[in-house]
Amino acid sequence: MDKYFTRMGDGSGVYMSAEEIKEDILQGVKDAADRGKIPELTAEEMDYIFEIVTMPGNIVGVERGREVVNTSDSGSCKMTYHANIAMERSTSVLVSEKVLGADSVDIGNMDYSYKAVKQIVHNETPVMELAQLNAVMPVLYGSMPNLGLYTKPDGPVDNWSELLPMAKIDEARAAQEEAVEHAVRDMVFVAGEMYAAGADGINLDTCGASGDADYLASLLATEKIKEKYPNLGVEFGAAGEFVLGMHGKLEYEGTRIAGLYPHKQVKLAEKAGANIFGPVVNTNTSNSFPWNLARTVTFIKACSEVAEIPLHINVGMGVGGVPMTEIPPVDAVTRADKALIEIGKADGL
Amino acid sequence: MGDPFSLEVAHTLSSCMSGIRTAGDLVLRMQLAKSMRIDEAKKYVAEKLGVEPIDLSDSDRMFEIRKKLNLGRPFDLNRAPKGIEAKINIARVLGITINSVELFKEKTGF
Repeated sequence: MDKYFTRMGDGSGVYMSAEEIKEDILQGVKDAADRGKIPELTAEEMDYIFEIVTMPGNIVGVERGREVVNTSDSGSCKMTYHANIAMERSTSVLVSEKVLGADSVDIGNMDYSYKAVKQIVHNETPVMELAQLNAVMPVLYGSMPNLGLYTKPDGPVDNWSELLPMAKIDEARAAQEEAVEHAVRDMVFVAGEMYAAGADGINLDTCGASGDADYLASLLATEKIKEKYPNLGVEFGAAGEFVLGMHGKLEYEGTRIAGLYPHKQVKLAEKAGANIFGPVVNTNTSNSFPWNLARTVTFIKACSEVAEIPLHINVGMGVGGVPMTEIPPVDAVTRADKALIEIGKADGL
Repeated sequence: MGDPFSLEVAHTLSSCMSGIRTAGDLVLRMQLAKSMRIDEAKKYVAEKLGVEPIDLSDSDRMFEIRKKLNLGRPFDLNRAPKGIEAKINIARVLGITINSVELFKEKTGF
């Protein structure tokens, strides 16, 4: 029996038969449909995922004319802070533009959180100003809402992760609600400073990482940013495929936030005024790449069908069908891209 | 794309427009400024540049168009508009407001 080389969700290589791959694709689709209460992919779409997974060639690409555009999370930090190349961040913007062919990039700080950036924003704005003078492509400023940073001892409010195990539910909820106010203030403040420095957009990255209160803070910040700076684009990127209910009762415009999957998350981002939504679908490391890819495409297709704003899918390590490994293999990355764009109807990555 | 570490080149080769090598930056500007989905954004930019949407990802075609309209490009930069200069032209050609262009005008007494 012929076997095809593919991968597991942790990135390790594996050989699977056609039957095994097709069964994993079917099960991935069913898992997404069941969890999200969304339609399954059609038989033709599942056949096409099989075709993409088993295509010869190390890398694959979208059909001519189907290319999309990209934004990033902490894009200018990768060369500087993470790869430790001695380079100023506005220079890495130009490398991204002229050498890597990026459609945009975001400048971010080493401590990629709005709370941390607020203290040093006067040293961040000149980097943006220089980048804006020299770059042609859009340059955003990015950071995370990171609501957990507002808890004691680093922040002003009680730690709900300590309160919840003690069954202090009301206190935990009150602490999260207070943290929301601080986080919104910081995000709007930094956005205003970056707007004054010429930024094309603000990237709220990993909204909901600390749960539904984190997500609410991001929605409220988006609303205020668009109200104060209508010409500043807002990219609203999710942290996970569903919003954790750390609070459980928070609502936005009459919709309970906890437990929402991408096709419902995008509607809240739209209401808040976001210009681009970045959905996330998490990778399960114990399942195969075909399973994860099929599951991801099912979620993204459902999200795309209801979205009125562009979707830039998160396809970093461990999300968007991409294996959870620090150096994701290009065979899996490019197959994920092709399936997400051609079947999932993504507008960008 | 989310976290781009070690993935940028793979995404660009596989499925992205390639920024100022083509018209990727212009299409993204329409998404960011007007929340246009990909087909609508490409159609808008193509009409403004006088080409078909499929031409927008063709680096050979776009190099000449960007050169003619002074929209900035990665190479062949002798006497060509760069950075903010190119963006002033982009704002005019696309009919949009670019924040940094407005600030530049304000700071330089345009």
